[in-house]
Amino acid sequence: MKPFDRLTTSACALPLASIDTDQLIPARFMKRSRADGYGQFLLHDMRFDETGAPRPDFPLNADAAKRAEVLVTRRNFGAGSSREAAVYALVDFGFRCVIAPSFGDIFASNAVNNGLLPAKVSEADAEEILGLIETTGAAVTVDLHDCLIRFGNRNYSFTIDPIWQTKLLNGWDDLDLTLSLSGDIGRFEQRDQAERPWARLPDRPD
Amino acid sequence: MTATRQPQTLFDKVWDAHVVTRREDGAELLFIDRHLVHEGSFHAFNKLKEKRAKVRRPDLTIGVADHYVPTRTRALSEVAPDIAGMIRQLDDNCRANAIRMFGFDDPRQGIVHVIGPEQGLTLPGLTMVCGDSHTSTHGAFGALAFGIGASEVAHVLLTQTLWQKRPKRMRITVDGATAPGITAKDIALSIIARIGADGAQGHAIEYAGSAIRALTMEGRLTLCNLSIESGARCGMIAPDETTFAYVRGRPLAPAGDVLDGAIAAWRELTSDADAAFDRAVLLDGKDIAPTVTWGISPEDALPIGASVPDPAAMDDASRASHVREALDYMGLAPGQALDTIRIDRVFIGSCTNSRIEDLRAAASVLAGRTARVPGLVSPGSHLVKQQAEQEGLDRIFIAAGLDWVGPGCSMCVGMNGDLVPSGERCASTTNRNFKGRQGPGARTHLMSPAMVAAAAIAGHLTDVRPLLRSAS
Repeated sequence: MKPFDRLTTSACALPLASIDTDQLIPARFMKRSRADGYGQFLLHDMRFDETGAPRPDFPLNADAAKRAEVLVTRRNFGAGSSREAAVYALVDFGFRCVIAPSFGDIFASNAVNNGLLPAKVSEADAEEILGLIETTGAAVTVDLHDCLIRFGNRNYSFTIDPIWQTKLLNGWDDLDLTLSLSGDIGRFEQRDQAERPWARLPDRPD
Repeated sequence: MTATRQPQTLFDKVWDAHVVTRREDGAELLFIDRHLVHEGSFHAFNKLKEKRAKVRRPDLTIGVADHYVPTRTRALSEVAPDIAGMIRQLDDNCRANAIRMFGFDDPRQGIVHVIGPEQGLTLPGLTMVCGDSHTSTHGAFGALAFGIGASEVAHVLLTQTLWQKRPKRMRITVDGATAPGITAKDIALSIIARIGADGAQGHAIEYAGSAIRALTMEGRLTLCNLSIESGARCGMIAPDETTFAYVRGRPLAPAGDVLDGAIAAWRELTSDADAAFDRAVLLDGKDIAPTVTWGISPEDALPIGASVPDPAAMDDASRASHVREALDYMGLAPGQALDTIRIDRVFIGSCTNSRIEDLRAAASVLAGRTARVPGLVSPGSHLVKQQAEQEGLDRIFIAAGLDWVGPGCSMCVGMNGDLVPSGERCASTTNRNFKGRQGPGARTHLMSPAMVAAAAIAGHLTDVRPLLRSAS
C-alpha cells in the first residue's frame, strides 16, 4: 500500500451530511471485479440524472474536482453498509483523503485498509473549510505527521486513531504481520479448544 | 481469581477471551469464532486467489447466499445472468475452500442474520464477523459480532483473526414496561432518534434495563440489528434464560454435557455491577410510541402522532440543511402530520424484521382485512417460511392482497431486482431509509411489521394501536 505522508492538492467541497455508502456506490454497481475500476460509479445517482447525463451543479462534476485529491464534507460520512466498494469508488476517482466531522466506523476502517485518510475535524472547522473552498478555491496541504490541514495561511488540526496514523504513514498491510504470527494463533487455538469446547462447530455430515 | 479484579463490562469479558496478542501501538489481535460469508465476499476470495493462499479455518467459515437471491423463483436459470453469476460464484468459492454452505438450493437457506441464530451458529460469548454491517444482530446473544469490509474478510479467511482497537463502551438502558403494541423496532428507532445516526460511533453498545430483558430473542435480534444505524459497530445484550432456552436444540449448537458447561460459562457474561461505561443513555420504556421515519437517515424518526419537522424553525443550520434535503427527496411538506402520508406499497422482510414473530405481528393486523396498496412479504428463511405456512400466515397475507415470496435480502437492498419504483413511497420493515436504498428514487419509511401492516390497510402511515384493539 502506498504510504501517506503529506499531500498538497486541490480540495472538492461536498456540503452534505450523512453521505452513506449506498450513495457512495449504489448496490447495483457492485458486481464487477476491483480490477475493472469503481471510480465512474462514485456517488453515481447524485452525479448523473435519470438519463445518465452529468448534473452540472454537482460538485464532483466541476472541472476542478477531477484534479482534487481531498474531499471535504459534513458529519457522518460513510455511514451504513460495510461495502468496501465505497472506498474503492473514492480511491479510483482519485481521492486520497476525506475531511469530515465524523465517519462511519466500518467505512473509516475500510478507508485505512486502502490508503485513504479519514481526517476528522470539528464541525466548526469543517464549515470554515467548506466556506474557504467556495470563496478562495485555495490549494490544501494535509500533513499526516502533524495531523494538520493547511489552507492558505490557516491551520486546522485533525484527529485520527494513532494506530491508523502509523499504518497509513508506513503503508502497512496488516496481513503480512499477522501471517508472521501464525504460531501464536495456533497456540491460541489449542488452548481455546480446551477452554471452550462448546465454541467449535460439529463436523459436517458430508 | 482475586478480590482486586477490575470490574468488567460484558463487552470486555468477551473481547479479552479472544485476544491472541497485543501490539505495541495498542491494537489487539482477536480470534474469530464464526466467519459468515455471502455473495459480496468475492473481493476477498479474489485476494486469496492472488496470494494462492488457503482458508485457515474452513470449519469456522460459513457461506450463505442471501444478498442476490431471487425471491420469486427457485430456478437460477430464470434469473438475470449477472445476478445468477453472483450466487454461483459464492458456491464455487465455498466449494473450492471446503466451506460449509447454505446455498440457494438448500432448504435451510435464508438471510445470514436470520439463519445464524436459527441454526445455532450464533452463541453467547463468540466473536462473529461478516462482510455486512448488520452483523451486529448476533449481539442479541451476548456475542461480540460486527460487520467488516472486504480487506478484513480476506484477513479473516487467511488468519481467522482481526487486528482491532478496543472501542469505547456505551450502555443504553431502557427501563419500565413498554405500552401494548410497542415493539423492539420502536425502541430501536427511538434510541437512534435520540442519540443520532452517528451517536454511538466508536462505541460498543450494551443494551440493558427491564424493557430489554422483557424482549424475546427475536425482539433482541431486531434491536441489536439496528445498532449500526446509531453508528455502533456492535450492540450486545447479556445472555439469560431466554437466550439459553432459544439455543437449546438448535442443529449446530452444542448439546448435552458440552451445552451444560457452556451455559455455566455463559452465566458469567454480564457486566459487573460497578463496571465503567464511557457513556450512559437512559430511556423510559413508557415514553416509547410506535415510531416511523420521515427522512433519509434512520435518525429522522418520530412517533406516529408527530408531524414532519420544519427546517425554517431550526437554529442549527447544518441540521436545517439536512432536513430540507430530506423533505425534498421524500416529497414531504414541513408540518405535515405523519399519519397523513400516503404510501404506494409495503415491504415486510429483511434481517431486521422477517422472523416468525414479525410475520405473526403483521398477519394479526392484516387478518380479515384488505391492503389498499401492493406489497411483498419475504420471510427471513425457508424454515421461517415453512413455519408461517403451517400457521396459515401466508393465506392471510395473500388474502389481504400482498405477495408471499421466498427468503432473501430482497427489497431491503434491491440487489436481486426486487425494487421500489422511482418516486414511489414504501412503508418498510427494513433498516435503512437512505436515498435510493430500495431502488433509484425510491422513498422509504421505516417502521415495525405491525405498523407496516396498518399502513397497508389504511393506504397511509397510521397508528396500529386502534387496529390491535378492534382485532382483539
